[in-house]
Amino acid sequence: MKKVLALVLALALVFALTACGGSKGSDNTITIGVFEPASGDNGAGGKQETLGVQYANSVQPTVEIGGKTYNVVLKIVDNESSNDKAPSAAAELVNAGCSVVLGSYGSGVSIAGGPTFEAAGIPAVGITCTNPAVTEGNGYYFRICFLDPFQGTVLANYAYNELGVTKAYCLNKLGDDYSGGLVNYFIEAFEGLGGECVHEEFPDGNSDFTSYVANAKAADCGVFFSPVSTEAAQLIIDQTVAQGATFPLLAGDTWDSNVILQAAKGKDVNITVTTFYPEGADASFDSSIKAWINGDSTNLANNGGDDTVAAVTAMGYDAYFFALAALQKAGSADPAKVMEAIWSTTIDGVTGPIALDQTNGDAIRDTAFVKQADTATGTWIALDPVTIK
Amino acid sequence: MDLRKNKKRDALLTFIAIAAMLTVLLVMELTMKSTSILFTVLKKGMIYALVAVSMNLLNGFTGLFSLGQAGFMLIGAYTYAILSMPTSVKLGDTVYKYYDCAINLELGIFPSLLLAGLFAAVFAALIGFPVLRLKSDYLAIATLGFAEILRAVFQWDKMGPVTNGANVLRQYKDLTKLRIPFTDIKFPPTLFCFLVAGLCIAIIVLLINSSYGRAFKAIRDDEIAAEAMGINLFKHKEMSFVISSFFAGVSGALLAMYQYTVQAAQFKTAMTYEILLIVVIGGIGSVTGSCIASFLFIACNEWWLRFLDESSNNILGLNILRSGFRKVVFSVIIMIIVLFFSKGIMGEREFSWNWLHKRKKTAATEEVSGDG
Amino acid sequence: MSFLQNSLPYILAGISVGGQYALIAIGYTMVYGILRLINFAHGDVFMAAGMFMVFLSASMPLGAAIPLVLLLTVLLGFLIERAAYKPLRSAPRMSVMISAIGVSYLIQNCALYFTGGLAKVYPQLPWLSDTVTVFGAVTKRVTLITPVLTILLVIGLSLFIKHTKVGIAMRAVSKDFETARLMGIKVNSVISATFIIGSLLAAVGSLLYFTNYASVTPTSGGMPGLKCFVAAVFGGIGSIPGAVIGAFIIGICENIIKGLGWTTFSDAFTFALLIIILLVKPTGLFGEKATDKV
Repeated sequence: MKKVLALVLALALVFALTACGGSKGSDNTITIGVFEPASGDNGAGGKQETLGVQYANSVQPTVEIGGKTYNVVLKIVDNESSNDKAPSAAAELVNAGCSVVLGSYGSGVSIAGGPTFEAAGIPAVGITCTNPAVTEGNGYYFRICFLDPFQGTVLANYAYNELGVTKAYCLNKLGDDYSGGLVNYFIEAFEGLGGECVHEEFPDGNSDFTSYVANAKAADCGVFFSPVSTEAAQLIIDQTVAQGATFPLLAGDTWDSNVILQAAKGKDVNITVTTFYPEGADASFDSSIKAWINGDSTNLANNGGDDTVAAVTAMGYDAYFFALAALQKAGSADPAKVMEAIWSTTIDGVTGPIALDQTNGDAIRDTAFVKQADTATGTWIALDPVTIK
Repeated sequence: MDLRKNKKRDALLTFIAIAAMLTVLLVMELTMKSTSILFTVLKKGMIYALVAVSMNLLNGFTGLFSLGQAGFMLIGAYTYAILSMPTSVKLGDTVYKYYDCAINLELGIFPSLLLAGLFAAVFAALIGFPVLRLKSDYLAIATLGFAEILRAVFQWDKMGPVTNGANVLRQYKDLTKLRIPFTDIKFPPTLFCFLVAGLCIAIIVLLINSSYGRAFKAIRDDEIAAEAMGINLFKHKEMSFVISSFFAGVSGALLAMYQYTVQAAQFKTAMTYEILLIVVIGGIGSVTGSCIASFLFIACNEWWLRFLDESSNNILGLNILRSGFRKVVFSVIIMIIVLFFSKGIMGEREFSWNWLHKRKKTAATEEVSGDG
Repeated sequence: MSFLQNSLPYILAGISVGGQYALIAIGYTMVYGILRLINFAHGDVFMAAGMFMVFLSASMPLGAAIPLVLLLTVLLGFLIERAAYKPLRSAPRMSVMISAIGVSYLIQNCALYFTGGLAKVYPQLPWLSDTVTVFGAVTKRVTLITPVLTILLVIGLSLFIKHTKVGIAMRAVSKDFETARLMGIKVNSVISATFIIGSLLAAVGSLLYFTNYASVTPTSGGMPGLKCFVAAVFGGIGSIPGAVIGAFIIGICENIIKGLGWTTFSDAFTFALLIIILLVKPTGLFGEKATDKV
């Protein structure tokens, strides 16, 4: 027993030493942190977003700052889609000495991890976290996507004007900032237009959506709005079909994923989503990233088994170049300098031009793309984009 | 050696050891990069040590099998976050987005910490009356059930004006907001965790060594005999339950300080299981064991085993190492400890200077005999 | 009639999920009856059965996959008992329970590792997954099959326990472990048989459950497992009819609560029910009188 204990302690010491020694990078590399979920509720979406960053890194693995060429190394950490794991995942990135952090898919983890970056003085750039609270009150968090008040308004307008319904059923996950926030803004806008909403929440770990769909049917709602994670989405689609419900399903950017297409394929269901990027908008980007995804079995698996380009992947790609632009503008890998430079960084990305406002550091975007699932072929059909000034 | 002289020597040694440890910590914090993962592990380890010791007081010293620890931490964390949040934040729109905050009261760090513990204790006292009548497994399930109910109540939207519904609470006084009194100099956060949690653990140790502690142990060993000796069973069980919950509440508050944001969804049954594993790995009925196990557990979980998750560390073209492998290895280690060292690291023993003294002697003799 | 029309979907869902809970709850109640052990890993065995199905159905026809899933799950249950519980037979009960928590941890983490943390879509079982209309409510056929199948299995199990040699041995061991051993009953084989039956029923339960809610994640077993355990306690732990009735009550109540719009409390309600029953009748609805085993 004593010897075992001694052995354990000795091993612990060795681990501690290697861990201390291992984290030092060499002179000519710059580390960009990728703060994304690879498991849990949002694992599928997080992996697709990470793919965009990885692809961008493979396209442009170096950056020239002040006449010197640096290698850009990605440090990818899994925040497990969980708000309580987020601070330690963030601490891991901080410890790795990142100059700037990208992510995360899912607003809740971004909100939970944000203060860690703030305390360490490292700027973070949100890629697709749309809840306003991510950047509000946190001077170190920026983002390159549109916000939920905007997205909620677009969706409410679509439901009220295009679909012509006056009663909507809204479902979000309890304690999830993304779906909770978006549902809240949707209700605000929809009721502002004169509609009526039934609002319900489901608890974490729930997989029985029978009652929710039944409630929506019983309340005679014309549209089922549930911008939840893709995991719950599969079950909701399945249940809607099983109960023979006829209302269309409406959701935000999370549902723009091939996971949804696969779940809806061959079923009698109408799914409409708002998103950041419609596949086909930039043909050369699409074809080269498809080739890259198909060229590696791991990438293909991470993209959900086919080569559909998700909007979050395109956003991840833009985020990487946005970070490089900020690094070049800063002229240094020092997080404090990068932080100052980000405010005025602009790029022309595949998802449109990106510039930040000067109050919270949110992207100035006024266009959302609308897509509808073609359940016969398993692809997205792009509808007219919506612009609100 | 004279017993009294021994006691004095031990007290002095303990004092010196603690002072030395705190000084080393202070020096480390002042000289090393504050974002180092070492400090993350130390802070979280110390917070978990406190809750593990509080659970040990209940499970190990009083023999009450309770699984409600996560629920009491939840109360503590929320009480602290709500009370210490600045009024300007409460009135503003960044945290209480969908509700108007009903509690317009802002307290300092220490009153909030104290109240966090007290609220948890009051709740424990209330549920103690019905629940402590139950025996072993039934007590465990009932406390676990209460923790789950608490989580639902805190997430209820009708409670929104107080708890912010199921949404995160943040921008309260966390570890970065610590200042040395009357100055604007930052107080070292890791040192703060060690001071507060260490003080709490010291109080628990004093309690365990008092006549109450002896009564607890008597109840654990044999309820009927203890009752025959004139120990009021219910009174002592309730006392142990309330005190344990108080400290669980304080550790919940410290956890809230440590992780900057707090949300009811995190205080799941899995959290209680984690704490229980720490207690068992350390040794049921050993305070020192709980502390050591807590640091080892957190360090393995958050730090030492991380390299197993990186696919770049794969050798020989084997593709075993990838995200999630760390956890598999970690759970295998836990199973090995549970199966082959079921007494845990310390068993029921405690660290003592005498023990160290003896060990040194035996080690010396072992070396002489050429066995070491 | 309109009331029936409106509430039928909830009651149907409740009965169906109740039946699935019942199949899992039997495993808890039998193990507790014999070993006085809350087998925390049972919910994860249920999840593992779902994972086996996902992976096996990808590489072979369903006709071969289903029997193999049942076999693998039984093997898993058996191995868990042999590896994690048997060595601790003489250890304090707390140690065995911790071991159960450890096993649960291990299974979940292995599932996390092999799936990469993503939800896996459960294969559609022909016939069972088809939609049918009952009194105007549209649902999957599995919803109607579940209660029937559950009741048939429970009757079969009761006959098995009443009339076979192994069944009689099981009852003897659960009545008095030590005496049964002295009477020459091979206690270890009886315990293994208990785990085999429990895992088999959990595997059947998982087939039905995941056909209804077609996605498996590493934590899929957590909440259903806990609820089934509550169902077992509610009905009186150790009693098979008790577990089944408890499971149906919990399944139906849970769905009615959701139907009333109290979705936040659908899980909490289960536990509230548990605490009330523990305080009023600590041994559950059909439990035997508690005897303190020292």
